[in-house]
Amino acid sequence: MNKFPEYFTIWHIAGHYALRLMAYLVLAFLILPILVIIPLSFNAEPFFTFTPGMLSLDPDAYSLRWYNEIVTDQKWTLAIRNSFIIGIAAALLATVLGTIAAVGLSSPWMPFKRLITALLLSPMIVPLIIIAAGMFFFYTTFGLVGTFPGLIIAHAALGVPFVIITVTATLTGFDRSLFSAGLSLGASPVKVFWDVVIPLIRPGVISGGLFAFVTSFDEVVLVLFLAGPEQRTIPRQMFSGLREQINPTILAVATLLVALSIALLVTLEFLRRRSERLRGAE
Amino acid sequence: MTRSEDAVFLKLDDVKKSYDQKSLVVKGFDIAVEQGEFITLLGPSGSGKTTVLMMLAGFESVTSGTISIRGKSINKTAPYKRNIGMVFQNYALFPHMTVAENLAYPLSVRGMSKADQKARIAEYLKLVELDDFGHRYPGQLSGGQMQRVALARAMIFEPTLILMDEPLGALDKKLREQMQYEITRLHEKLGFTVIYVTHDQAEALSMSDRIAVFNDGVVQQCAPPAELYERPVNAFVAEFIGENNFVEGHVERIEGGRAVVSVKGGGQIVAEAAQGLEASGRCIVSIRPEKLFIHPTSHDHDNEIEATFVARIYVGDFIRYYFRLSDGSEIVVKVLNDLSAPEFGEGDQGRLQWLISDSIAFPHDGEMPDTTG
Ligand SMILES: Nc1ncnc2c1ncn2[C@@H]1O[C@H](COP(=O)(O)OP(=O)(O)OP(=O)(O)O)[C@@H](O)[C@H]1O
Ligand SMILES: [Mg+2]
Repeated sequence: MNKFPEYFTIWHIAGHYALRLMAYLVLAFLILPILVIIPLSFNAEPFFTFTPGMLSLDPDAYSLRWYNEIVTDQKWTLAIRNSFIIGIAAALLATVLGTIAAVGLSSPWMPFKRLITALLLSPMIVPLIIIAAGMFFFYTTFGLVGTFPGLIIAHAALGVPFVIITVTATLTGFDRSLFSAGLSLGASPVKVFWDVVIPLIRPGVISGGLFAFVTSFDEVVLVLFLAGPEQRTIPRQMFSGLREQINPTILAVATLLVALSIALLVTLEFLRRRSERLRGAE
Repeated sequence: MTRSEDAVFLKLDDVKKSYDQKSLVVKGFDIAVEQGEFITLLGPSGSGKTTVLMMLAGFESVTSGTISIRGKSINKTAPYKRNIGMVFQNYALFPHMTVAENLAYPLSVRGMSKADQKARIAEYLKLVELDDFGHRYPGQLSGGQMQRVALARAMIFEPTLILMDEPLGALDKKLREQMQYEITRLHEKLGFTVIYVTHDQAEALSMSDRIAVFNDGVVQQCAPPAELYERPVNAFVAEFIGENNFVEGHVERIEGGRAVVSVKGGGQIVAEAAQGLEASGRCIVSIRPEKLFIHPTSHDHDNEIEATFVARIYVGDFIRYYFRLSDGSEIVVKVLNDLSAPEFGEGDQGRLQWLISDSIAFPHDGEMPDTTG
């Protein structure tokens, strides 16, 4: 059987394959720079290029020395610890605030809905450098520059829009009469919120939280402005690593980050399917 | 407080509701409901039925007037403290909880022990004939099963009042009839009070102790089904409940509660006079299609009118005849499908006959009620 419809001319078929080729090229362009760092991070030599030994697949040309460097170099361990502390704290804060905001904004009685939504989502749109500069001057007044709370609050502000978007998306499928039903059964509004609303919007809350975490984990501009040496995060350390101590440690870190991103993506996809299943079952 | 007021369970006293502070959606609703009564609110779309239920449940505030249960106003009681069960049109079962967990929710909120909860849940699952469905999720049930779970959940905490807003609206005809029976059975067995909302008048007539017919935020008539059907107080109710024919005319005089009417197209008939009917005013006379007989007939009759045959439609157990009066208005006659069902040719003249006591003359302001609805 022919895979093309019979009315296809040679040009249709040529176009079909040309489109395919383009798509593969774009994909390669996006992915190759990420993939290429993975073998390079196992380089036995302090170079950013493939050594002849690596190309001939000589086992001695590969090593884990740069991964070892990460766990032994105090600068890197500190950066990793900081990234996780700031990322997790900021994500938690953003998740709580963003969820409450999304629930409030989805209420039919909320006044100035559009204006408030626009304000809350603005950190996604306003250039980071402007936010960073603004926060820097604002923070100096309160002595928050160079402190953990300062960075956590700043990153939470960046994460809130993601939580609002994902939670609002799950809330649009939420049947308000479930809330009324809870009340009619004798539960207080707060109890209904915990027992009925939260479980049903949980996939949105968790994926919003993960987005907020990744946003903080990946963020470098605010860190450059607001962090002192004590608060160096992984991206900040890579940034200076690139210029100061050129060795493949940052490639090893980058590889680990790719692995982390893949894990998060898989989790998000899993959550998305789960929430679709829950909704489909209604 | 007098003794008779003590017996009243639920009382709505001049309840009004406005959503926009300008127009009233419910314009002064009065009703006194006794313990264990089954009351249905029936009316066209947008007439304010859901609004009344929402005020009872506490989800909407009352603009003015009072709602009281056993003499105590509940206007200022929060919805979750009213102890009123509610069955929602879309069931509103919690999708992330199993049937048993759904039923357990109102019980655990009230601090019932786990063992008691289990016993009570088993009892109510049996009551709605879903014994083996406790572990299922709502998504795994059919529409009728979900409806029964919703019903069980609204009853399980033994509220004295249960509200139902078109609970059977989403079900097909057969399932609806089955559920009507189910609800009636549970109501008789458990003796709770029900306020029921529906569009479906057959449903209302067959289930209720009393029906409140709503139109435009005003209760037109609140009466037992038979009285509503046989003795409508105004043309709206006569038209809304069941099928009716309307004949326009002029009231000659009223004697002993009966009106002598000269029909617009010629001829004179007599009908029971409705309240507010005045002599020498315009009126419309309503006659049910099944109360009309075509001459010759063995049935008693004391009214007669000439009409032109238009069409005959075979429906199965009965036959519908369409006639036209000389003023152009159409009359439907329902005749049982037996040997006496007569044959007509188009344009033939027929004589329609009926009893005075089967027709009512209502005051008429010039507009015919819409008989197509
Ligand atoms: N939340 C609201 N805000 C403003 N107006 C409303 C609101 N809810 C209902 N209304 C209006 O109040 C009137 C009565 O509505 P209600 O829902 O009580 O009608 P209903 O009798 O239940 O109709 P249906 O049979 O279609 O369900 C309608 O005109 C409706 O537009
Ligand atoms: Mg309604």
